[in-house]
Amino acid sequence: MSASAAPVPASYTGRKLGSLRAERRWALWTAYASLIVAAITFLAPPFYMLVTSLKSSAEISNLSGNPWIVRAPTLENYMELIANPLFRGFFVNSVVITACVVVISMVISVLAAFALARMKFWGSQALATGVFLTYLVPDTLLFIPLYQIVGSLGLLNSIWGLILIYPTLTVPFCTWIMIGYFASIPKELDEAALIDGANWMQMLTRIFIPVALPGIIAATIFAFTVSWAAFVYPTAFVTTPDQMPLTIGVVSQLIRGDTFAWGQIMAGALMAALPPVVVYAFLMDYYIAGLTAGATKG
Amino acid sequence: MAQVHLRKIVKEYEGGVQAVKGIDLDIADHEFVVLVGPSGCGKSTTLRMIAGLEEISGGEIDIGGTIVNDVPPRDRDIAMVFQNYALYPHMTVYDNMAFGLTLRKFDKAEIRRRVENAARILDIGMLLDRKPKALSGGQRQRVAMGRAIVRDPKVFLFDEPLSNLDAKLRVQMRTEIKKVHQTVRTTTVYVTHDQVEAMTLADRVVVMNHGKIEQVGPPQELYHHPRTRFVAGFIGSPSMNFIPARLEEAGSGLVVRMTDRAVLPVPAARTARYAAHLGRDLLFGIRPEHLTEPHPNEHRPNIAHFEAAPEVVEPMGMETLLHFWVEGHEICARFDPAVEVAPGKLAAMAVDMDQMHLIDPKTDLVL
Repeated sequence: MSASAAPVPASYTGRKLGSLRAERRWALWTAYASLIVAAITFLAPPFYMLVTSLKSSAEISNLSGNPWIVRAPTLENYMELIANPLFRGFFVNSVVITACVVVISMVISVLAAFALARMKFWGSQALATGVFLTYLVPDTLLFIPLYQIVGSLGLLNSIWGLILIYPTLTVPFCTWIMIGYFASIPKELDEAALIDGANWMQMLTRIFIPVALPGIIAATIFAFTVSWAAFVYPTAFVTTPDQMPLTIGVVSQLIRGDTFAWGQIMAGALMAALPPVVVYAFLMDYYIAGLTAGATKG
Repeated sequence: MAQVHLRKIVKEYEGGVQAVKGIDLDIADHEFVVLVGPSGCGKSTTLRMIAGLEEISGGEIDIGGTIVNDVPPRDRDIAMVFQNYALYPHMTVYDNMAFGLTLRKFDKAEIRRRVENAARILDIGMLLDRKPKALSGGQRQRVAMGRAIVRDPKVFLFDEPLSNLDAKLRVQMRTEIKKVHQTVRTTTVYVTHDQVEAMTLADRVVVMNHGKIEQVGPPQELYHHPRTRFVAGFIGSPSMNFIPARLEEAGSGLVVRMTDRAVLPVPAARTARYAAHLGRDLLFGIRPEHLTEPHPNEHRPNIAHFEAAPEVVEPMGMETLLHFWVEGHEICARFDPAVEVAPGKLAAMAVDMDQMHLIDPKTDLVL
């Protein structure tokens, strides 16, 4: 190596130093631009549904003019739907199915996760991985064997059949969330409880469930969403309107002959989407905290 | 209140690794015993076996006359304070302290009486309605102690309870723990890696190393009469200096020769004790506090003198530490801060030979 000073490249001396403020402005603009594009992409369909649901059948079928604008807004689609006993039946079915599935899923997954995360026993690690692997099997692959099982139990075309099989979708993921959450609770907490005189069940109910409440809320939201929005299983297992949940009832029963009642379909779909939106709006923070618990807590 | 006896306690993990290698220890009623040692010496494992949080691979643990090897933690009548406090985050301070009593179905009035009594002892009465997250580190530690006190157990177990506190608070809480023990007099087993904590708190200190007990004794005994090189080096801060030296005869007595310039006479009282080791290469051990500046009107007998040039001088306020090297070994001396010393300049040193130790480098035993 030469000891003489190397000549400074011309481009180096003439280079303009970056400004923190300019860099920040550039980052902000990029963030805004991509967020706006994403928001438009995702909000356009529900907005179109809302617009269509507020139009009369005549206005929907009139092809002249801008389809994104309502000229004569009306609530007639909503009124007709609410007055329709079939739609109310779908709604009740969805509520019953979802409530039962959420309760079953949470009881099973909290107990399973507590055992897998805390009671170290032979094979617990392999079992925990196995539970997660079952979540990776797509439901489109499972519905044929499940059809046979549900059929042999005499539960085809019944909401009770759906209540029995939805947990196969929800329990693995809920268990996984809860394992992560329970694992993030310091070990000394259960040791303190053991010394204080708690047995395993008291430790779960008095310490773990209250401490892991954000995780439980996250898992509950997941089970609720999966159950409320399920489409493949009810399409395959339910055939008569009285047993249909909202997801398939709206698209299969609001068609008269070969005429699609678009206004009512859109209104029905929007009303069906409302409960998850409300749940997410209020419990979003818990949901995120629950999903990231294992990652952020030391 | 109870005695605790450990008999040939072994903890072996899968793969044959032994964390505790057959220790015996008798802890008297009301005694405050501190297990101290470096990381991995088996002190926490021993405590956790007493608590019932670790299974015992061999030996017997006796608490209050009952062999508890197979007794679950809740039935051992012990209480434990953890390093990270382990308070239940969703409960108030009151509920945290009352939890163990509630599970044991104590009546509400009795629970209130005990919690309020413990809160008074620990001065946390005004915190009873708060949640743990609204407390400082020191307050959390008090609550953790309160949770132990309300149970009125046979034995208190402390697992490095002060390690998460800052230096100032640690000293304060140390005093607090000592005060609490003097009030409640419960038999206590306390684990720490901090020898200062061990010395200040313990009735007896148990020094552990590599899963074995090196020495058990009152703090002063361990300080003045360590039995092994490990204990000699572990107890005391800064730790004892060890210098290779040869024991030689000089006139009617013995001398310790480190270098040709540092030949120190052995006190006459020790001649008989060391005579058998004449001519051997040994380790000369002296604590920094016994290697000081010479006093002009020295009355103590057996003070030896030599000169050395310190390479590093550390003024600490209440003392000045001098570091110098003899035969490649770093030596630390403790000087009065009023004495002026400068790095690289020769300084006269006085060695209190009554405080010397000779260690057999083959067995690591203090002679």
